[in-house]
Amino acid sequence: MGKYIVKRIAMGILSVFIVATLTFFLMNLVPGGPFVAEKSISKAAQEALEAKFGLDKPLLQRYTTYMTDFLHGDMGFSLRQRGRTVSDIIFSKFPVSARLAGIAVVVALCVGIPLGCISAYNRGKLADNFIIVLGTCGIAIPSFISSVLLLYTFGSWLKILPTMGLNDAVSYIMPVTALAIYPTAYITRLMRSSLLDVMGQDYIRTAKAKGLSSFMILFKHALRNALLPVIAYVGPMLASLMTGSFVVEKIFTIPGLGREFVSSITNRDYTMIMGTTIILAALVIAANVIVDILYKIIDPRIKLK
Amino acid sequence: MNVKKILALALAALMVLAMAACGGNNNGGNTSTPASNGGNNASEPGTTGEPTIADEFSVQIGPNPETLDPALNSAVDGGNMLVTLFETLLIIDENLEVKPGQAESYTVSEDGLTWTFTMRDGLKWSDGTDLNAKDFEYTFKRLADVNLAAPYGETVVGMVDGYQDAIGNPDKDGNMTTEPDIEKLNVKASDDGKTLTVILSYPCPYFDKLVAFGTMSPVQKATVEANGDAWATTPATYVCNGPYMISEWTPSERIVVKKNPNYSGGWDSSRIVTDTINFLLLEDSSASFAAYNSGTAVMIKDVPTEEIPSLTKVEDGGDFYVDTILGTYYLSMNLNKAPFNDVNVRKALNLAIDRDYIANVIMQGTYSPAYNFVGPGVSDASGMFFDNAKSANGGKTYISEDYEENKKLAQEALAAAGYPNGEGFPTITYSTNDAGYHVAVAEYLQSAYKEVLGITMNIDRVEWASFTPMRRAGDYEMSRNGWVMDYNDASNMIELLYSTNGNNDGKYNSASFDAAIDSSRCADQGDHFKFLHNAEKIMMEDYACIPVAYYNDFWLQSPSLKGSWHSPYGYWFFQYAYVEE
Repeated sequence: MGKYIVKRIAMGILSVFIVATLTFFLMNLVPGGPFVAEKSISKAAQEALEAKFGLDKPLLQRYTTYMTDFLHGDMGFSLRQRGRTVSDIIFSKFPVSARLAGIAVVVALCVGIPLGCISAYNRGKLADNFIIVLGTCGIAIPSFISSVLLLYTFGSWLKILPTMGLNDAVSYIMPVTALAIYPTAYITRLMRSSLLDVMGQDYIRTAKAKGLSSFMILFKHALRNALLPVIAYVGPMLASLMTGSFVVEKIFTIPGLGREFVSSITNRDYTMIMGTTIILAALVIAANVIVDILYKIIDPRIKLK
Repeated sequence: MNVKKILALALAALMVLAMAACGGNNNGGNTSTPASNGGNNASEPGTTGEPTIADEFSVQIGPNPETLDPALNSAVDGGNMLVTLFETLLIIDENLEVKPGQAESYTVSEDGLTWTFTMRDGLKWSDGTDLNAKDFEYTFKRLADVNLAAPYGETVVGMVDGYQDAIGNPDKDGNMTTEPDIEKLNVKASDDGKTLTVILSYPCPYFDKLVAFGTMSPVQKATVEANGDAWATTPATYVCNGPYMISEWTPSERIVVKKNPNYSGGWDSSRIVTDTINFLLLEDSSASFAAYNSGTAVMIKDVPTEEIPSLTKVEDGGDFYVDTILGTYYLSMNLNKAPFNDVNVRKALNLAIDRDYIANVIMQGTYSPAYNFVGPGVSDASGMFFDNAKSANGGKTYISEDYEENKKLAQEALAAAGYPNGEGFPTITYSTNDAGYHVAVAEYLQSAYKEVLGITMNIDRVEWASFTPMRRAGDYEMSRNGWVMDYNDASNMIELLYSTNGNNDGKYNSASFDAAIDSSRCADQGDHFKFLHNAEKIMMEDYACIPVAYYNDFWLQSPSLKGSWHSPYGYWFFQYAYVEE
């Protein structure tokens, strides 16, 4: 197991490296540059800026410089937010996104799993149909609709929730809800189908034959196996929520990472693109490694190679 | 059994919801003052001695500024922060008049080349240290520093004597023959710091307005040199000299400014009454609208366009304001490419569109139709530039307001160009980025050109970061363009078409137009404007570009906010603003 973990981590680092390399060359292929504005600046000023940030060097040299600096923990200055370093921006915003995502994941699991169980347990009955309809809505409604709906209802109309920022506990309600709707609905559906699948297995029938209560069967025997696909989903979900949701952050004015990620690309802020992409890639890969290990703990039949 | 379980779960869910709602109510009650920022506001609302004026209020004037370094900023929302945080040598007041700011007076030599500013006594930075003319000398020279690459450097100090030496003299291949040396810029503070003398290399009759531009805000040498570019990123090192100073900046969330206790200058200190202003850095118009409706913000700039039809204008007793700003939405045609090199084609494309329909229907009245290049709000030697242009042109705008007549003229012009009813006219491509009304306007153009002229136009949507370089490189046929003026002088608009101007995207090149612009760069105000009027007439008769609409700002403002004003520069001035409780 130890050997496996080391191997997975090594592979993970290699993947991050490949992502970083690809991003570096691709972003430089895209037309436009970081110093573009409606107001044209003089050629001398443009050149001075490029020299200042090392953009006048050949691409390959810039790449090696960037990678060496990165390994020394230096992600450079943002090209657009003058005077701010990339690591300052990322590490001031990451905790905000992480906290929000963490809460949203907990909410999604706490709501999604029970709903999925109820739905499977009552297969074909009213409760099941009701939950299926809810789940479909949750998956189909994009977050910009649900966010605006929440904002207008609870912020503008009822005026019971703050419309912006994360300054106190209540201000988390709307953004967390908006973020959690999709994963909750997804987990509910996943949980339902996986539980139904497990409930049809032979060992469940055996348990029934032994006279166990359906409650015991569900919680002691079925749930543990049925949770596997949900756990597989938690990894990528957590990573994607942690790197922030552009829409939710924008609508609720949350200073998180998601917006930086999107705006760095539209702004051609090269150092920011690299910084946010590497963080995102590292998170996704780390989440997957952790999920694989969790898998092994839950299901000893899985062989880690 | 099942029903019971569901009931139990439902009850549990209800309890959670109820708790959340309680929390919401309690908090909503406590935070009746705008913005609950972690104990920043020491005095409790209701316990203050003067119940009439609130300690703080919140407004939204734009998203997170990329930079608040006066030399580096080129955005209007950053500029709006600068007019609140800094004070330039001269200021522009609510009546658009140039007034003494940090300078108590100034003189201009007869040839218009020597400008001498006399500073007020007892000026201070927000950190309490002394400020004098030497700080302005440093600021002006810093703007010419190529290594800083100030986007507006050339605009504001390009006419100062020695500017070319300050930025270096390139040969015709662009290689430097002399090293840049900012000390060559002919700006000199007296030894006692009382006066600042600026020598210009050519007359600039609007230099007083330039000096009042936010880019010219003084920066403190000590903090800039100690902290580098980072000086302008944290309140601790952000030393300013205006009526307000930054006390908190959470990027992408809010900038909190407090009254600057060390302020002295051109604004009347007794009228600066509000302690704290929160600038909410909202990016989404729905978020702004919610903040306004919930009472968090008393003024918002980003109004969702879909809400506009339901808003009541201030003239009708509502809270929705529309006010002119100095800018024109226009279309560029690439004059280096056929068929746009034919003046008749340009005329046809110019006259075939219904500007009134574009501005009032497509753009929902948030723009005004443009029949001249320079719009209202721009001043002249006496009166307004727009009105004077109109009266000199027989009381009419250069492009007639009569659309039916225009349509006929457009069809005739196209026939004269050799394309009757559009026969044989090549398919043209119109490039635009996708923001605001740009695509809706493009679709209108497409249908109008088809209907009136029989011309087929394709729409090419280009991502913003690629759009400007593409347009500047001349890699387009027709494209959206627009300009909001930096200072209130018509030259700023008209010079966009000067042959060597960096923003002359249509590559318009007319000897008589350039000559008129050259002549307008003179000390005499009367001549200055006379030649600018000539230049505008030449480019309009050449149909060098297609003016479509004049920009307006539109915003929502609660009647409780008083003392603020909107200027045609696109700024809201909050120095005298207050909210009555």
